[in-house]
Amino acid sequence: MTGHQIPALRELAYWLDRYRRTWRGSIVISVANPLLFVLAIGAGLGKLVDQHNTGYLHGVSYLQFMAPGLVAAAAMQIAYLESAGPVLESARAGGNYRSAVAAPMRPADVLAGHLLFIAFRITISALAVIAVITAAGVVSPGKAALLLPAAVATGLAFATPVAAFAVTVDTLVVLSAIFRFVIMPLYMFSGTFYPTGRLPAWLRDIVLFSPLWHGVQLCRTLALGTATTAGTAVHLAVLLSLAAAGTVAARRTYHRRLSS
Amino acid sequence: MPPTPRWLESQDPLIVAHELTKAYGNGFTAVDGIDFEVRRGEAFGFLGPNGAGKSSTMRMIGCVSPPTRGVLEIFGMDAATDGIRIKARLGSVPQDDTLDRELTVRENLHIYGRYFGMRRTEIRNRTEQLLDFARLTEKANSRVEALSGGMRRRLTIARSLINSPELLLLDEPTTGLDPQARHLLWERLFRLKQDGVTLILTTHYMDEAEQLCDRLAVMDGGRIVAEGSPAELIERYATREVVELRFAPGEQEQAAEKAAGIGARTEALPDRLLCYADDGESALDEVRGRGLSPVTTLVRRASLEDVFLRLTGRSLIE
Repeated sequence: MTGHQIPALRELAYWLDRYRRTWRGSIVISVANPLLFVLAIGAGLGKLVDQHNTGYLHGVSYLQFMAPGLVAAAAMQIAYLESAGPVLESARAGGNYRSAVAAPMRPADVLAGHLLFIAFRITISALAVIAVITAAGVVSPGKAALLLPAAVATGLAFATPVAAFAVTVDTLVVLSAIFRFVIMPLYMFSGTFYPTGRLPAWLRDIVLFSPLWHGVQLCRTLALGTATTAGTAVHLAVLLSLAAAGTVAARRTYHRRLSS
Repeated sequence: MPPTPRWLESQDPLIVAHELTKAYGNGFTAVDGIDFEVRRGEAFGFLGPNGAGKSSTMRMIGCVSPPTRGVLEIFGMDAATDGIRIKARLGSVPQDDTLDRELTVRENLHIYGRYFGMRRTEIRNRTEQLLDFARLTEKANSRVEALSGGMRRRLTIARSLINSPELLLLDEPTTGLDPQARHLLWERLFRLKQDGVTLILTTHYMDEAEQLCDRLAVMDGGRIVAEGSPAELIERYATREVVELRFAPGEQEQAAEKAAGIGARTEALPDRLLCYADDGESALDEVRGRGLSPVTTLVRRASLEDVFLRLTGRSLIE
């Protein structure tokens, strides 16, 4: 082991040290959750939908339609959970960020290290979901490989703005309210479970602003082989610009909170 | 433990602050243009009540809070621009324990050592020394949440020494600890001082200030209102002795009028009357001679509490 000459890696190592205590349990959850979904949808709801197929799914089974959307939605969910509560707790008096900045570390190093860990967590959980749906034969291994970067991009589009905000917040109540009133509606209305073409027109237009919709579309078109260069570019551009804007904002809010 | 006393070689100030000011965005000025110098090897204390600006001053010295105005030089470097290099050479014991409670004592030391870019073997060797110093060797593999308050504080101090700092900052190091834990901590800090580590601490306990500090800055309302050794401050702002008089409820006001002029000065607190005099016993004789009959009397040596009272008109612990 080297002496971690890059400060951000010291913060990453801190989170990995903590993760070492809980990784087994978290892997079980990351695999069990999508497995339940695939079973429930594939054997239950999916059959029902497929029997009454109205053509909205363009000839694929409901499970094939929904599974890639689930990859994106799960990436958003884990990104939120990893970047909301842990960031708030760390920024509080007595939190880990406080000991880091007492040492020769800048707030930007702390941010970079923690974001690296969050990216790692998004990757691990996305891998679990992708592994489950690939094993279940829902997507081919070749398409599955494309899903991973798409899922990570979706996760980061949420993680960086959420971290930028969470570092300014003092109580968990605010963050759980956002989960309930922002993240959950996005989860339900971003086309994960049904084509947004089914929604009333006004809602359909709003959904276009949902970053998750772009993530879901990106994953789905890649998995079903219907991706176009222009579409993929637009979806990726939306997700990556959000991730970049979030990072810029977080550098400011971290500095303000940890060096005031 | 820390290297041989380097302070013998140099009398240059380790810290120079000039018109140092900290104002927050909401318009509150926590530190209002203070000047001080700290020399290598000394123990320097900021004494004052809560809200006096002590912690804000410490955060500026610790380079986690940039000064709003003024000069702050530490190790000859500018705190505003050289924070990272300064922080590499100092240790900081914050008021709130920033330990990771779910991790063990050893893991906490390891993580902190890594924040300083230390190598694994280097951290391991240092950890053994520090566990011994903090008397936590037997607790090395216990989780922090299982430690007592005193042990946690000792671990925080041990952690702050991981990089063998030349300067150690301690913000209210013994607040919330029981007397036994405080004495053990003072003994450990005294040993660090003997090893040549410069100590800067804040406290609102006058006994702590008297025990540990070579020099004190008394702070109130963001300013330094007096500076000197504990003995100098007492000599300058108080008499040698103090007579404390307690009266039956309701009688103090009248008694205070009658006692006026005894000794160098009298001071009325809500619960007692203080007479400052170089000779307490003869002042007490005079009190009795004027026909006053306090319920209890006490003649004691003047303390920093009296200094603070004189300087601010208020008690340190309110």
